[in-house]
Amino acid sequence: MSVEVIQQGIGRIFTDPNADKAREFFRKKNRKLEPKVMSVKDAVTKFVKNGDYLALGGFGANRIPTAVAHEIVRQGKKNMGFAGHTSTHDFQILCAGEVFDKLDVAYVVGLEARGLSPNARRYMESGKVEISEWTNYSLSVRFKAAAAGVSFYPSRNIMGTDTFHYSGAKVIECPFTGVKYAAMPAIFPDVSAIHVHEADIYGNCRLRGITVSDLDLARASKRLIITCERLIPTEEIRRDPSFTSIPYWLVDAVCEVPFGSYPGNMYGEYFSDEEHLRGWLKAEEDVEELTKFLEYNIYSCGDHIEYIEKNGGIRKMQALRNKEFLFIKARE
Amino acid sequence: MADYNTMELMICTAARELEDGASVGVGTGAPCAAAMLAQKTGAPNLVIFFEAGGAAPLIPEMPISVGDSRTTYKALMASGMCEIMETACRGMLDYTFLGGAQIDMFGNLNSTRMGSDHQKPKVRFPGSGGANDFASFCWRMMVMTPQDPRRFAEKINYITTPGWLQGGDSRARSGLPLGAGPYRIITNMAVMDFEETSKRMRIIAINPGYSEKDVQDNCGFELLKASKIEENKPPTADELSILREKIDPYRYVIGR
Repeated sequence: MSVEVIQQGIGRIFTDPNADKAREFFRKKNRKLEPKVMSVKDAVTKFVKNGDYLALGGFGANRIPTAVAHEIVRQGKKNMGFAGHTSTHDFQILCAGEVFDKLDVAYVVGLEARGLSPNARRYMESGKVEISEWTNYSLSVRFKAAAAGVSFYPSRNIMGTDTFHYSGAKVIECPFTGVKYAAMPAIFPDVSAIHVHEADIYGNCRLRGITVSDLDLARASKRLIITCERLIPTEEIRRDPSFTSIPYWLVDAVCEVPFGSYPGNMYGEYFSDEEHLRGWLKAEEDVEELTKFLEYNIYSCGDHIEYIEKNGGIRKMQALRNKEFLFIKARE
Repeated sequence: MADYNTMELMICTAARELEDGASVGVGTGAPCAAAMLAQKTGAPNLVIFFEAGGAAPLIPEMPISVGDSRTTYKALMASGMCEIMETACRGMLDYTFLGGAQIDMFGNLNSTRMGSDHQKPKVRFPGSGGANDFASFCWRMMVMTPQDPRRFAEKINYITTPGWLQGGDSRARSGLPLGAGPYRIITNMAVMDFEETSKRMRIIAINPGYSEKDVQDNCGFELLKASKIEENKPPTADELSILREKIDPYRYVIGR
């Protein structure tokens, strides 16, 4: 007997939700406790392929793996799928490189209270991107399903709206109560990058502050690049394993990137660089200006350190640390 | 009468809707200001939730993102998106404040696009974010927005976030949790609720200085009128001083 599909969205599902196929992949995934420390450049070269489905951790301009996003653009990756799961500044970066052409939308184009990105809007209005529509919670449970090794998750949102109509979800009936649910198909991303506070050389990670969907995302992803503020000794991880929220067997690369969420906020470390983010939005208003801006900030930079040095260096980082701890004038 | 602007009036009106001991899911800007004002006036035990994971913070200043470190300042928990949305889906979030580019007579919101070609929209907006989720799950959804006939549209381009859908019992039939839905629409001119059977938007109070005609003229669909329409109370001197001195001293929100 098959479950009756009561309604169905018209949005394309860009990733295969088949849990047995995912199991075949994970069966072969490395479980050896071995060092995985490498540069962001090497990690992106090795683990990010054209056409892959990509997800980035954090929340738009909070605890984002900026260095990985820049490197993906620098290496000119194309035709990727992307999870726009409150993707704000990270979305600006990927749009600048026209990296993806398939997009699951929950929240894109905007930078919350900072306004809309002119360039992300241009790209989204160009017709170059195939769009499926979802919500933040919908994408969260799609990762949660994958993390649990199942092909879908039932949720009670989106029914009755155009968000459902343009999604790939299906309305089904609960076999116990007869109540309707939106079945959300699992996403097993080909590759994800998550920025954390601390990791050891094997990829055992500690992160502080909000987790957004990153704990599920880490488990759902076939390949996972970790960038961390600091490498810490494995002895410290073993001293109290209760702080480990992403274990090494999920991780393929560990890259130490101090101030790795810059120009975004990093909980308990540094606040976002609002001046730089305003400058970015301003540069996007003019296509030529943006080309120069991207050349300066991404294409001509060898790595994240060079990007930071061009934007105020340690002195700026110190000021952003003060802002994080003083809790004043967030928007200045 | 105290001197105040319409943003201050909307925030004060919204804050008065939040009773002590209730819980609310908020975004940045005016909703956050309203929740903070409520905590400092009539609802000291209001519990604030942010969709990205911040729960029960003592917000030191206006956050710029619903996931920035201000949303977990002295919070009781720094969690994740599933934790917050599932708390709402279980029925433990009483209120939420949402907005959008367009709203219709049933309180449905569009924050996705203008134009009809979904793959090549005339104007692309951010999309749902957590709005559809909060509107689906929180018992009472409120909207704070300035009012004009284009924003309050007879037919909106796209339903991002559910109001009462097509009115009547359509929302109950959709599969969304029963009993939740739009509750108050707070504008620069008036306060609206939704008539019980038709679920159509209805004027219940008008702000000082505006008439019923102003409210209707600045709305793209016919508004119902409550049998008794109140005059909305202006902000008190106390509310204004808390709002200006403690909540938004740099006028990020109230200066708009």
